[in-house]
Amino acid sequence: MSATLIDDPPLPQRSYWKIFARFCQQQPLGTFGLMLVIVMAVVGFSAELIAPYNPTANDFAAMTEPPSWQHLLGTDQFGRDLMSRIIYGARTALIVGLTSAIVGGFSGLILGVGSAYFGGKIDLIVQRLSDIVMAFPLIIMALAVVAIFGPGVQNVILAITIPLIPRCSRVVRSSALTVREMPYVDAARACGFGATRIILRHMVPNVMAPFLIMVTSFVGQAILAEASLSYLGLGVQEPVPAWGLMLQGGAEEYASTAPWIAIFPGLAIMLAVLGINLFGDAMRDALDPKLRER
Amino acid sequence: MRIRYGMLGLALMAATPAFAEETPKRGGMFTYMIPADAPPSLDAHRETTYATLHATAPFYSVLIRIDPSNPSSPTDYVCDLCTAMPTPTDDGKTWTFKIRDGVKWHDGSTLTAADVTKSWQELIHPSAGVLSARLPYYAMIDSVEMTDASTVVFKLKFATSAFLPALADPFAYIYKKEILERDPHWYEKNVMGSGPFRFKDMQIGQSISGERNAQYYHPGLPYLDSFTGIFTPKQAVEIDAIRADRASMEFRGMPPSARDQLVKELGDKIVVQTGDWNCVNMITPNHGKKPFDDPRVRRALALAIDQWRGAPALAKIANVRTVGGIVFPGSPVAATKEELQKIAGYWPDIEKSRAEARRLLKEAGAEGLSFELLNRNVDQPYKYIATWVIDEWSKIGLKVTQKVVPTGPFFDGLRNTTFDVTVDFNCQGLINPAMDVGKLLPHAVYSENYGNYEDQKDIDLYQAMLHETDPAKQRAAMREYETYVLDTQAHAIMMPWWERIVPMRAYVKGWKIGPSHYVNQDLATVWLDK
Repeated sequence: MSATLIDDPPLPQRSYWKIFARFCQQQPLGTFGLMLVIVMAVVGFSAELIAPYNPTANDFAAMTEPPSWQHLLGTDQFGRDLMSRIIYGARTALIVGLTSAIVGGFSGLILGVGSAYFGGKIDLIVQRLSDIVMAFPLIIMALAVVAIFGPGVQNVILAITIPLIPRCSRVVRSSALTVREMPYVDAARACGFGATRIILRHMVPNVMAPFLIMVTSFVGQAILAEASLSYLGLGVQEPVPAWGLMLQGGAEEYASTAPWIAIFPGLAIMLAVLGINLFGDAMRDALDPKLRER
Repeated sequence: MRIRYGMLGLALMAATPAFAEETPKRGGMFTYMIPADAPPSLDAHRETTYATLHATAPFYSVLIRIDPSNPSSPTDYVCDLCTAMPTPTDDGKTWTFKIRDGVKWHDGSTLTAADVTKSWQELIHPSAGVLSARLPYYAMIDSVEMTDASTVVFKLKFATSAFLPALADPFAYIYKKEILERDPHWYEKNVMGSGPFRFKDMQIGQSISGERNAQYYHPGLPYLDSFTGIFTPKQAVEIDAIRADRASMEFRGMPPSARDQLVKELGDKIVVQTGDWNCVNMITPNHGKKPFDDPRVRRALALAIDQWRGAPALAKIANVRTVGGIVFPGSPVAATKEELQKIAGYWPDIEKSRAEARRLLKEAGAEGLSFELLNRNVDQPYKYIATWVIDEWSKIGLKVTQKVVPTGPFFDGLRNTTFDVTVDFNCQGLINPAMDVGKLLPHAVYSENYGNYEDQKDIDLYQAMLHETDPAKQRAAMREYETYVLDTQAHAIMMPWWERIVPMRAYVKGWKIGPSHYVNQDLATVWLDK
């Protein structure tokens, strides 16, 4: 037996590149989504290098100009270049989307795994509190938080993060309940490891698949929520370039006379959320062993 | 764009007075919109909103008013209930008004000088528990007395040019003495006047309607059989209603984009009346917060703004138009362009102005200053103004963020002076420069000033101007006051004055736009050409 084991050839080490290539081959839509997300990230974080104009500079000589070679996506009512504002707006969307999703996701992860591990009264209290927060739709909860703390980027992030926490916690908890009963968790407990070590070293890594899928979907939800809050005048404020804010200024007053003011920020929101959702779906498929086998 | 403004030009041409040239047609029902949910009450003495005035003005009379055929004039006062505009006696301190004979209340009883006297006494000295919203405007009035059944005498504490505009306040409805004595709150929920229309019906939050008063004392008026005012707080609904001819117009005013849209879609079926509006936004720094306690910093804020180039551009997208000082631009006591250009913030050479702003900031140790601009969650023109000035300030190195909050928290912020710098406003009814500029007085004297400063010289200059009765000298005193508050102390920075834009169905005739959406709202002269 032992000779056989020694003679077995080593399992092939798959490089990240090969994993990525396989993902691209098996998930073409997800790859398209990933490309959109990458483009958005690159554009957003190198806005200073890419944007042709200052996104907040008024140009009264170029007010509500339609798309042209000088302004590829046209200008808004203040003569500000729409392309530059959309490029910088990607940064705002990413900052709000990623921060809310990551902070909300990780908080929900710790809370969900902890709740499952400890069980009993702690689990009961955490889950009932989650029920209360989840009773409100995300945007309503976010509106309430902004109404209390006021508008602005930080408060918008806070407003979106709070309702995301119980959503992540609930999904993660259901996976963690299964993990808690695994022999290796019992073994860790028998070895005298503390709760923190068991949760972080043995349980959290085993609920990462649903967690990553949740976080990915949260980014899209957060971008949409930020756009909605800004559209309602409760998110980021002028002159900060933000897609929802651009819709608020343009869509209402200039929908018929200068429709490009509404169309391009709307397209940006749509493509960003589509990309993130496609990528999230593909990642779920890729991480799901049952779907992976097919 | 060219096509759009070409059409607009045609529409504006079509809007030029049809008042005198055409023969009015009688009859018809006029439907207009009131851009509000509902009036807080029906009593104009206690309210300050157009929601009350646009709904109830057709039911009431006033003592004097701005001439409805010339509402743009800030000085053309005519009698409504009186028989002739009096000449004052006692060095301008006594004004005697003769009241028309045969004026009937809508209940059939006769209106007398006693009703006029009682109404004005309630405005000046309201009964306990009764609110008179514009009390400070009547500060110069000492007493109102009835000397006989058709004579009312106003005695003033001091002669001032501010008296007649105060008297012509369109909110100063004449109420029936007997009702006021029985229940001073009766008019908050009920209507009974002597105006061109009798009250017919009101559906809370939906509409108010009236029918022609056949016993109206101005011969031949009103022309309409009836009217209905529909409460429509949403601008999109208003545009749709005008487009579909479900309503003919709204009187308050719309932004340029709405005007452009309606003109583009309705062509010659719509006309647009425009004019300066007695409303202005201003930027008020909080003097109680450093570094805004330093006049050099406040002057720098003013010097950074290119009013002359900004105003015409903003006029294309926001309901603002005219560069002006503290006085309504159409007034005889308003500053001329040459006079304004000597004041900080109005210099003709913007590069020189901004260089001076940078120098002042450096001298005050406030280079690259960062602060927050408080603003009200109202698009037109508040947010447009803020976006513009933030960009202007960035040109002298200031880093400004905006905090937009709903109306309630906005006023809390103003009253608690928790802001760094705020978008402020001064909206008045009739043009009454001597009273309107009181906004620039310290809060201790004028409660609606939010600059958080004390300044005795400011008060002294204002009082000298207010008590001056010679027009030329008053104008000079106004210049001195204006230069002090806008340049020397830079207590506030005036923004371009608002523009009133009223698109209306072309068949609506007999109504002329004025500098206030409170003026000329009794509908007596309105007729329908269809």
